[in-house]
Amino acid sequence: MSDTLSGAPAPAAAPDFGGWTCPLPLRDHPRVVMGHGGGGALSAELVEHLFLPAFGGGTLAALGDCAVLPVGGSRLAFSTDSFVVRPLFFPGGSIGDLAVNGTVNDLAMSGARAAYLSCGFILEEGVETEVVGRIARALGDAARAAGTEVVTGDTKVVEAGHGDGVYINTAGIGVVPPGVDIRPQRAEPGDVVIVSGEIGLHGVAIMSVREGLEFGVEIESDCAALGTLVEAMLAVTPDLHVLRDPTRGGLATALNEIAGAAGVGVVIRERAVPVPPQVANACAILGLDPMYVANEGKLVAFVPRAHADAVLAAMRAHPLGAAAAVIGECVPEHPGMVVARTAFGGTRVVDLPLGEQLPRIC
Amino acid sequence: MKYLAEFQNPELARGLLDDIRAAVTRPWALMEVCGGQTHTIIRQGIDQLLPDGVELIHGPGCPVCVTPLEVIDKALAIAARPGVIFCSFGDMLRVPGTDRDLFRVRSEGGDVRVVYSPLDALRIATENPDREVVFFGIGFETTAPPNAMAVHQARKRGIRNFSMLVSHVRVPPAIDAVMGSPDCRVQGFLAAGHVCSVMGTSEYPELAARHRVPIVVTGFEPLDILEGIRRVVRQLERGEHTVDNAYPRAVRPEGNPAARAMLADVFEVTDRAWRGIGTIPLSGWRLSPRYREHDAEHRFDVVDIATREPAACRSGEVLQGLLKPNQCEAFGTDCTPRSPLGATMVSSEGACAAYYLYRRLGTPTTPLEASSVV
Repeated sequence: MSDTLSGAPAPAAAPDFGGWTCPLPLRDHPRVVMGHGGGGALSAELVEHLFLPAFGGGTLAALGDCAVLPVGGSRLAFSTDSFVVRPLFFPGGSIGDLAVNGTVNDLAMSGARAAYLSCGFILEEGVETEVVGRIARALGDAARAAGTEVVTGDTKVVEAGHGDGVYINTAGIGVVPPGVDIRPQRAEPGDVVIVSGEIGLHGVAIMSVREGLEFGVEIESDCAALGTLVEAMLAVTPDLHVLRDPTRGGLATALNEIAGAAGVGVVIRERAVPVPPQVANACAILGLDPMYVANEGKLVAFVPRAHADAVLAAMRAHPLGAAAAVIGECVPEHPGMVVARTAFGGTRVVDLPLGEQLPRIC
Repeated sequence: MKYLAEFQNPELARGLLDDIRAAVTRPWALMEVCGGQTHTIIRQGIDQLLPDGVELIHGPGCPVCVTPLEVIDKALAIAARPGVIFCSFGDMLRVPGTDRDLFRVRSEGGDVRVVYSPLDALRIATENPDREVVFFGIGFETTAPPNAMAVHQARKRGIRNFSMLVSHVRVPPAIDAVMGSPDCRVQGFLAAGHVCSVMGTSEYPELAARHRVPIVVTGFEPLDILEGIRRVVRQLERGEHTVDNAYPRAVRPEGNPAARAMLADVFEVTDRAWRGIGTIPLSGWRLSPRYREHDAEHRFDVVDIATREPAACRSGEVLQGLLKPNQCEAFGTDCTPRSPLGATMVSSEGACAAYYLYRRLGTPTTPLEASSVV
């Protein structure tokens, strides 16, 4: 076959229809690639095959957004997250806002309100202290807005060229209210799937500033702390089955993780998923799917059918859930798989992405 | 976006489907040439909605899929060199060469960057005068003009550290090759609208007449595709085989003269190998001798590339429309996006990837419409 695929133009010969063979890649990864951090299948493999065996199973094996730990007579929610966003400031927020809201939201996805946060800064030699100050102020403001407090922290400086200006790690703890048991494994057939608002805003906002792309209108990140929205939902019923904030990997990844954890199928109606026009436009230009684009201020909820209408009404009454929508339901068929019903009545699988989404060539 | 949404209207789609059903009296096999069309068809489930007699066959129009292994390996070799900044569109980074891909090169220290335009690569070259900046110029007639423009600009502005690894391909010779295959079942074509927006339609009448196949220039939204199918089916039922433009909002008969002039200035037609298919005469472009100093193959002298092709992958047959992706024994088992046997499973426009991503499952037995809540 290599003869017919030689780079030099061959003489005008007939195509080699008898010799069809094709590529053959080796997909092992002796080194980390960007996809390992993309929140998709490669990330999951890293966790499953490298970290989990090293750390042992136990509570970690549940692989929730946060760990729920019995302490005394209470249950503590505990979570950590690292933030390596570039650029540091973007329309609708900054790495400081993200560092708070990301961890607050991970805790909220177990029904817990963040009580205390830790904050670790890794600064690159040469970054302006004014920039660090702006980020710190944004971080403090976000913590206060979320009703929590930064109570411990750490600072490290790495040599120039060994970082991207500022990296932040936050960890948080909160208390899970009595009677609340929210985790991916609780999704069950009949549950109604609700998303709290329009998807894709954060990912497109970041992309527009990072890559210098203009889409006609400025797109702002949806970065927000979801604790009060979750409290409003819990006020309707403590029996929320699953909450997830669809950050890296977007809504599609969150739904796949839930379907996989609970061993259920998920069916969504594609037209019901709220995609703002500017996100749809940007994704159309770049060949991306909004279902896989990151969010920072949205949640997806699996709610028992009996409570769905009331929960939806409570969400819509909250500023962060005003555009909440029922997008689908949980089914016993095709366990572990997410399926979309298209506008035309066809169906398609909504898969876990491999790594990062890549803009298409044309 | 409103403009696009109008071409996704389900009610209008139903009308077109009714028209197609009414027109069909016997089975027909149509090929959509472009991978972008394939993805719309599979993603929206259009093939499931067509009457049984109308079969869609997926064509070779995925630029990532058809780029020869040897060119990929050359790209990998160049990208791994110290002092090189290798720029590419994103979806080429995951395409496997003989033993690695561009992501792997980057993880091993290569400076591989995703760009959104070849002009971005040119800017990087001006910002890094002490580095060699190479752009990976692949794709059909759609991407060739901006790539040609980048090379033209580099010469005009004297940007000597910019070069391009070129492996462009042309659609009409591929259609000719598909029709020339002894096993060909294709009876009509949905031509790639974006290609025709550059090249116009003048290359197609001779092909339509010689092979006696209707060729309908078709866009990429669901209604575009249904309209294309409707027009091809009508021609087939009438025994006609003409070229028809169902994408007039983007395609003029003469195409884009400025883009064509740029292509003619920078490139020259050459025979080109297509991955999984083989060499198709006059099916590609390479840089013309006038632009030799910006030709990465010349500048980097990448020779002694030893490629290794596996025997298991049947993507060549998929690219020719001889095999549906899910008819391949390796589909979804030995061959997945995680561990692909072929580029058709890797590329975002690849037919195998479309089937894997969207079509590993039949229609759910609990239709959403039956739900009382949703």
